[in-house]
Amino acid sequence: MTTYGSEYRVIVVGGGHAGCEAALASARLGCKTLLLNMSLDAVAQMSCNPAIGGLAKGHLVREIDALGGEMGTNIDATGIQFRILNTRKGPAVRASRAQADRRLYAERMRRVVENYPLLDLKHGVVTRLIIKNNQVCGVETQEGIVFLARAVVLTTGTFMRGLMHVGLSHFSGGRAGEPASEGLSDFLRSLGMKVGRLKTGTPARLNRRSIDFSRLEPQYGDDPPQPFSFLTKKLDRPQVPCYITYTNNKTHDLIRSGLDRSPLFSGVIEGVGARYCPSIEDKVVRFPEKDHHQIFLEPEGLTCSEIYPNGVSTSLPSDIQLAFLRSIVGLENVEVMRPGYAIEYDYIDPIQLYPSLETKAVEGLYHAGQINGTSGYEEAGAQGLIAGANAALKTKGEPPLVIGRDQGYVGVLIDDLVNRGTSEPYRMFTSRAEYRLLLREDNADQRLTPMGHAVGLVSELRWRHFEEKMANLRRGEERLREVRVSGADRVSIERLNLGELKNGASLLELLRRPELEIGDLLFLDETLAGLDTEVLELLEVATKYEGYIKRQMEQVERFRRTEGVLIPEGFNYDIVSGFSTEVQEKLKKICPRTLGQAARIPGVTPAAIAVLSVLLRRG
Amino acid sequence: MDSDTIIACATPPGEGGIGILRLSGENAVDWLQLFFKPVARVALLESHRLYLGSFVDNAGVLIDEVMSVVMRAPRSYTREDVVEVHCHGGMVVMRRILDQFVDAGARLARPGEFTLRAFLNGRLDLSRAEAVIDLIRARSDSAGRIAAAQLDGSVSRTIHEFQMQIADLLALIEAHVDFPEEDIEFADQQQLLRDAGAVQGKIDHILNNFDSGRILREGLSVLILGRPNVGKSSLLNVLLGEARAIVTDVPGTTRDTIEENLVLSGVPLRLVDTAGVRDTLDPVEAEGVARAKRKIESADLVLLVIDGSCPVTAEDLLALEACRSAKVLLVRNKADLPESSLDQRFSLFPVVTISTRSGVGIEPLKKSIVRLIGGDQPSGEAMVDVIFSDRRHREALVRCSESISRFVEALSSGLSPEFLALDLREALQALGEITGETTPEHILERIFTRFCIGK
Repeated sequence: MTTYGSEYRVIVVGGGHAGCEAALASARLGCKTLLLNMSLDAVAQMSCNPAIGGLAKGHLVREIDALGGEMGTNIDATGIQFRILNTRKGPAVRASRAQADRRLYAERMRRVVENYPLLDLKHGVVTRLIIKNNQVCGVETQEGIVFLARAVVLTTGTFMRGLMHVGLSHFSGGRAGEPASEGLSDFLRSLGMKVGRLKTGTPARLNRRSIDFSRLEPQYGDDPPQPFSFLTKKLDRPQVPCYITYTNNKTHDLIRSGLDRSPLFSGVIEGVGARYCPSIEDKVVRFPEKDHHQIFLEPEGLTCSEIYPNGVSTSLPSDIQLAFLRSIVGLENVEVMRPGYAIEYDYIDPIQLYPSLETKAVEGLYHAGQINGTSGYEEAGAQGLIAGANAALKTKGEPPLVIGRDQGYVGVLIDDLVNRGTSEPYRMFTSRAEYRLLLREDNADQRLTPMGHAVGLVSELRWRHFEEKMANLRRGEERLREVRVSGADRVSIERLNLGELKNGASLLELLRRPELEIGDLLFLDETLAGLDTEVLELLEVATKYEGYIKRQMEQVERFRRTEGVLIPEGFNYDIVSGFSTEVQEKLKKICPRTLGQAARIPGVTPAAIAVLSVLLRRG
Repeated sequence: MDSDTIIACATPPGEGGIGILRLSGENAVDWLQLFFKPVARVALLESHRLYLGSFVDNAGVLIDEVMSVVMRAPRSYTREDVVEVHCHGGMVVMRRILDQFVDAGARLARPGEFTLRAFLNGRLDLSRAEAVIDLIRARSDSAGRIAAAQLDGSVSRTIHEFQMQIADLLALIEAHVDFPEEDIEFADQQQLLRDAGAVQGKIDHILNNFDSGRILREGLSVLILGRPNVGKSSLLNVLLGEARAIVTDVPGTTRDTIEENLVLSGVPLRLVDTAGVRDTLDPVEAEGVARAKRKIESADLVLLVIDGSCPVTAEDLLALEACRSAKVLLVRNKADLPESSLDQRFSLFPVVTISTRSGVGIEPLKKSIVRLIGGDQPSGEAMVDVIFSDRRHREALVRCSESISRFVEALSSGLSPEFLALDLREALQALGEITGETTPEHILERIFTRFCIGK
């Protein structure tokens, strides 16, 4: 066993979307950080579809960005199609989505990681952790090299005991063309952690030259494209369309003809898949009445040949894959560059984590991303950032950064994971957020940038930008309140089509009218007219949705009352006679940090919370 | 903790006495003023002063002549604003007054909540923590038993159906929000309006017919159990004061269950006479025995009747076995005959000795029944829980109906679905007190079952 010379404060294992954010966050907090990856050439890979964002996921990216993370900037620099979804709905559920140039995305992220101060990227396949007195102090690679550190973040993705399936063939692997990681999950199990098995899948990749796009409906991005990052001013990369096609009855017949060789239906796959991410064979079997399913053909890059057919993820045998694809309009002569596959992998039930993402079993050990049973680049990145930051904060003796359910989707995500655990791949949906109307993309910075700044995650540049924006917002609010249209101002009244306005009205009162938009009022005040579109939108949202926002704020206030009651570490539930055995076991297992968290644990009754509140008050 | 204004009945129920309803929280005084019209015109209800006046419903119709007192924070039991309404203690009047406050927005207090607030607000000494915990636990347990007993009730079942229907509506709305890219058809506004209207119509129908309620209408169930011919039917008749059940010396005459209503000390009871418990080959009688066993599970109290004049038989033990998990009062009948010694397997229970023939012990028996149903608590608090338990159902439905009204209004004005979801979530939350929480997982499950979603 060789101990590698230099000692790190934090080691991040795995260089995917969680790992990169974790390593960058830790380094940003001034900790010497090592990012170990199984292959130096596979940093920030998009294993599945070449897209970032979408409903709730776009929100997560904006939150990562607001906390100083890299994902937003990275997609802005490498995206090839940007769209805002749900533009006809309210502001809280509008979400950004972008197609990435997969290769450029990964290359740029690697460059950022490699050039980041205090951050080293190295090759290493970690097989075990070095633990002393229940405290992690390093990792050991399969080559026998030991790296020492005071905190470790595991972001293993789909690699732990990864098993890939194409038809009835299966083979060990972590992703197409990359080996699995053996040993680490067994090691974690030996520490007493509960290890589970999940399954996910991906479609075949198609050769662009073999597709007849002339027969397909294109879907273009927005013009002009809107960036993810609060710091990106303008996107100037070339934008390309996706194309839409559909499966048909012939496709479905071909799929059915291969079910006897499907690892999913023949019971070969044990891992649990996500209901919201079914394979095409799953869709055909579960919804036999549907005679077509939609497919988006997404380019994987500006210059690369691969096309990602979104909607037909599959683990059917490759001959069936080719046959059913060729039954689809536009794909009659398609060439498959690599077949779709399903992959099973080990995860660690996240109920074994604190809200800081530190494991309860080992001090200084953090988990983020698919190891926690989540799916999605954005979910991974968000956890990575929090885990990396908290690992660094721990080594500095500072309290962890915990985002509340009322403050961000990041908070909802982690709170759900640690209180409820998960038995299928967990994906974020806006419906999971009870304070959804407050958690908008447009105010992610207002919600989180001050918190990020307080712990040191936010750069000076970002902070100055944020403070300036807030100053403008306040100025705008002031103008809306103070500037009035008098009843005698016939010109303005006519221009706004107001009819009668006896006593005059403030701009704020006018903006409350459903028929008026903030753009209509700009001619009335120069200061207002000089504000950024971003700020004007914030002003408009705050005014138009005042009633609903107020209602949610009241709910948040109730939520915060119990959230503010802390449960001391090591609180002894055994000495209390007031709990049922079931409640007592749950509380002991989760070790909630606040009364509010305790109340969210499934099975903990209001009476138990009342008893707990008495005990906490007694001290 | 919660800052809702809460309400509960503060006195044990009973006919003829004074009944007190108590509210605590910041809206208590405002709400009192909605319904309480003092005889003397006063600008402000002074703290700690009893006023005579009339209590009217929201249409201004008199419900009762009452005395009211306001105790302003912090000089009150909970250190919040506390209001008491002292009315003529009849159940119907108290329930109507309680309903007015619930309609105004008051929440029925959870078990021990007044005392909990008193403790958390520093009104009770920290050394009282254990006592507060004991109170919360005891009352929660009792409330839990009552809830379990009512699970089978038709209102409970209906509320579960409402929950399903509203969850379906919410799933449609949420699918619309979260999956704009999917190739799925969403319900149109007219359909949503119709569905919401249908649920609300049913809820309002129940609310309009709620005033009698199950408990007052049907009473708490008291089951009479024992082997054949120990005098169960005679006991029923003595309690009712007339001969209703068939009484013969032939064992097994009562082949089905017989139910009769009775009010003891103001508590409405439903007496259930059962077929005697014995192993039998007669299919009709066997069915009666099976029904009796099922009834035991939902009984509030079991009167286990044995013949005090002869030793315990195997069939007595069979009856004992059948009510092992129930609350039991042992009734030793035939005190007019020489007494046999009591088998120690029966000595676990509170016991009364009676004679249905001579009437000896009947009054003590009635007192024991009332005491046991009230949960052994001298304050009678548990009994209040029992009698008002159907009010929780009503409260849930009132809140739910309010939320659906808001939903319908928002939907009609064309608001975006995420706002509509807010109202439906509140509707489900209101029912959650009865049905258990409807989590986002439940809603997602519905979406994925109904729609083919996914990349």
